[in-house]
Amino acid sequence: MKKAARAAPVNLDGVRSAAMPPLVRYLDQDGELLEEQPMSDELALEGYRVMLRGRRFDERCVSLQRQGRMVTLAPGIGQEAATVGAAMALDPKTDWFVPQYRELAGQLWHGYPLKLAFLWHVGHPIAFQVPAELKMLPFQAAIAGQLPQAVGLAWGLKLKGDPGVVLAVFGDGGTSQGDFHEAANLAGVTRAPVVLLCQNNGWAISTAIAQQTAAETLAQKAVGYGFPGIQCDGNDLFAVYATVRAAVERARSGDGPTLVEAVTYRLGLHTTADDPTRYEPREMHETWIDRDPLRRMHLHLLARGVVDSAGLERMEEEVKEELRVAWDEAQREPAPDPAYYFGHVADSPGARVDGQLRRYGREGRG
Amino acid sequence: MAELTVVEAVNQALAFEMARDERVVVLGEDVGLSGGVFRATDGLFARYGESRVIDTPLAEGVIAGASIGLAMAGWVPVAEIQFLGFVHNGFNQVVDQLARVRYRSAGRFSAQVTIRAPYGGGVRAPELHSDAFEAHFTHAPGLKVVAPSVPADVKGLLLASIRDPDPVLFLEPLRGYRQVKGEVPDGDYVVELGKARVAREGSDVTVVAWSAAIQVALQAADDAQAQGISVEVVDLRTLVPLDVAALAASVSKTGRAVVVQEAPLTSGFAAEVVASIQEEAFFSLQAPIRRVAAPDVPYPVQMLEEHYLPNAERVLEAIVAATRD
Repeated sequence: MKKAARAAPVNLDGVRSAAMPPLVRYLDQDGELLEEQPMSDELALEGYRVMLRGRRFDERCVSLQRQGRMVTLAPGIGQEAATVGAAMALDPKTDWFVPQYRELAGQLWHGYPLKLAFLWHVGHPIAFQVPAELKMLPFQAAIAGQLPQAVGLAWGLKLKGDPGVVLAVFGDGGTSQGDFHEAANLAGVTRAPVVLLCQNNGWAISTAIAQQTAAETLAQKAVGYGFPGIQCDGNDLFAVYATVRAAVERARSGDGPTLVEAVTYRLGLHTTADDPTRYEPREMHETWIDRDPLRRMHLHLLARGVVDSAGLERMEEEVKEELRVAWDEAQREPAPDPAYYFGHVADSPGARVDGQLRRYGREGRG
Repeated sequence: MAELTVVEAVNQALAFEMARDERVVVLGEDVGLSGGVFRATDGLFARYGESRVIDTPLAEGVIAGASIGLAMAGWVPVAEIQFLGFVHNGFNQVVDQLARVRYRSAGRFSAQVTIRAPYGGGVRAPELHSDAFEAHFTHAPGLKVVAPSVPADVKGLLLASIRDPDPVLFLEPLRGYRQVKGEVPDGDYVVELGKARVAREGSDVTVVAWSAAIQVALQAADDAQAQGISVEVVDLRTLVPLDVAALAASVSKTGRAVVVQEAPLTSGFAAEVVASIQEEAFFSLQAPIRRVAAPDVPYPVQMLEEHYLPNAERVLEAIVAATRD
């Protein structure tokens, strides 16, 4: 029998890697500017202030948690440039911020009040009641669970002819979840105006990125869904801002989603219940301390003469005072009534739940 | 008033509501040009176009999850899950996310979302196309679960579900899609959620059922009548919120109850019904409440299906036994 002819042998070389643009970087780790600064000095200083606010907030909360005054919490220490830079690329009047749970600094930029942030970490339900005028979804504990919703929101805005763009943030671990893949796929199909911002901080609790994926980058996953993916230096405020701004413009002009991988590092803990010394190589931590996004901006702002040391010290004092005032306000917030949780189950939850409210409400008042 | 099948009633309700409310969008697998694998969305694509009748990728998680986002953007999504068994791929988005939108945002957001799915067995469908999984969803506070049996209720409750400001899982009796016909009021016909219906009046035993099991219960009631036993059949129509008052009223009258479910016995919704009856009408009971359910084994392939599902004979046995206790 004659063998079937084959045009060429099957070649599997090279099919694993997608051609990706190089990592976007504006500032090196010592604060040297490599490209033209993509924002005004004034805005850069404001961005730095919010990064500092996020850092000091996290440090304060970890301390309060150690005193038993806060619940288990997940600090964003080391990732302030990734979240603030992304938030700065949004127009808060039209654009939505959809968080996971480690992007508080960016949420502060977008308008989430510090007082509510403190209340989040004491377990007060009002922290989840995003203020009415703020285009933001509540924190999300289910990894990547917010992504289908963010894509649906973006798609819904597009169907309405609304100019809004949705920024949806998640982590490296989130890229292993089905929700990420289903959401990315739908975003591609519907050309939803969404920016999928992956904060690749190297760790999903103790799981290192090499155990999370065999892909060379997380950004390249976008190629499979038919839209661009790009890596940026997540510890460089300017790089994140410029990259996300380009993605936002692309979304707003109707060209659809972008996956941005902000390469950063979790300098703190997964949560206050975590002990990274069990799994994190010491040298690795030290390497990333040198790449601290705050240090980098601090050096840059001083070198450029945007602010002097006295100005930075004043900023530290101002941030400290803001945190003090907000924590005082948070502590004055009345404790939630035990009946509170019945109020938001459903508009009309039915006679059984209404009856339970009467009973629990009475018990709650003692 | 026109005589319609169950699936025609679904279609009429969707068409009516899409015309009445421009925010209503229908989405799911094959709901567009094909009109749905059961033709529940037949004709909607031609009338309302691809921006309101949307074929989605084959991914139940994002069908449910994107519906939450669409609702936040101001749309009223009615999502079709092709078979209820497939919804487990999106369990997190339905149970942990959709059901909790209002609660977890302390009222900032709500999700006016209806998820429709064919429910139950009896049509010789492949594996995982026939299971009665309602109990997986009745345990999710914030989610209403509706399971009507006849075309008029299908229309009236579907319109009520779409208009409810909170999420509803709307279970359609797969076996009844074309087999069960009935008169359906024209135009805007709404049946209130959370209200059971007496499908047949009687005085000796109450049989409680929902969805396609109602037809089984009615057949058993006919057979019992031939033996001189008067059976009242209560069609729950809505599982959550459960109409406990209607259950108590019927059992207070009859003193005996049998609860029928298509699902396996253990931890099924019938157990919730039994517990509710004994809490509310214990002193009226003259006999233990009996359950008729599928056995605690997975739903079988086609050749064994008829042995598995509760049938009129087994319901009749339970009715007779209840009167002898």
